[in-house]
Amino acid sequence: MSDTPAKHIRTPLARVRGLGAARSGTHDFWRQRLTAVANIPLTIAVIVIFIMLLGRNQAAVAQIVGSPPVAIIMALFVISVATHMRIGMQVVIEDYVHDELAKLILIMANTFFAIAIALTSIYGILKLSFGL
Amino acid sequence: MATTRAPAARPLSPHLQIYKLTMTMAMSIVHRITGIGNYFGMLLLAWWLIAAASPSSYAKFEWFAGSIIGRIILFGFTWSVIHHALGGIRFLIWDTGHGFGPSEREWLAAATLIGSIAITVLLWIFGLLAMGGPL
Repeated sequence: MSDTPAKHIRTPLARVRGLGAARSGTHDFWRQRLTAVANIPLTIAVIVIFIMLLGRNQAAVAQIVGSPPVAIIMALFVISVATHMRIGMQVVIEDYVHDELAKLILIMANTFFAIAIALTSIYGILKLSFGL
Repeated sequence: MATTRAPAARPLSPHLQIYKLTMTMAMSIVHRITGIGNYFGMLLLAWWLIAAASPSSYAKFEWFAGSIIGRIILFGFTWSVIHHALGGIRFLIWDTGHGFGPSEREWLAAATLIGSIAITVLLWIFGLLAMGGPL
């Protein structure tokens, strides 16, 4: 069956068990659910924060968003959402883009976008917190 | 020997256009569309957070958010987030193996749509009143 002699005595099944074709197992599946659960209370908290900020001027918004509890909630929200949306968009790309090169480029661009959104947002939050 | 032949016209597996559109199916499609919408909507959150540091950049964001187009986009983004959240809760319930009965799944799908519209409209009525009127 194979041209190369077996280098170890582990069976093929043992090597792939729990890992799957991508060698990363159910990592993304689990993370998508983990961040989905985290997003529920975080989204409610962020909506409450937005209601608190309604009608306030820039100075007041900067002070409230930069305060420790609000800044931490906003940062957690951004991290959880960026992780969730990266996995979700990757699934969409894998479903609809069948050209191998285009798919790889889009999956990379998707990761870059998610990281850029997360870091830009967190930079903004930290700037409000510490006045960088 | 290896003469290429035109592939035989094989039957294809049925896809979306074959089936009657059901409520659960429509909500599944909307879940994906709202997810894509939320993905790009996060650009607005990043812009807002970066802009909040200075009065001049915040004025630009406020101009956008106060414009008709901005209001429509923010209203749509609100609904998109709420719908995706409720749809997500529905999928998490299904992940536990519950809610698959004929009436349960229809009820859950309807609740996702009605709930998302109701919560969005209530939030906006409350928000606009808190800001002192629709304009």
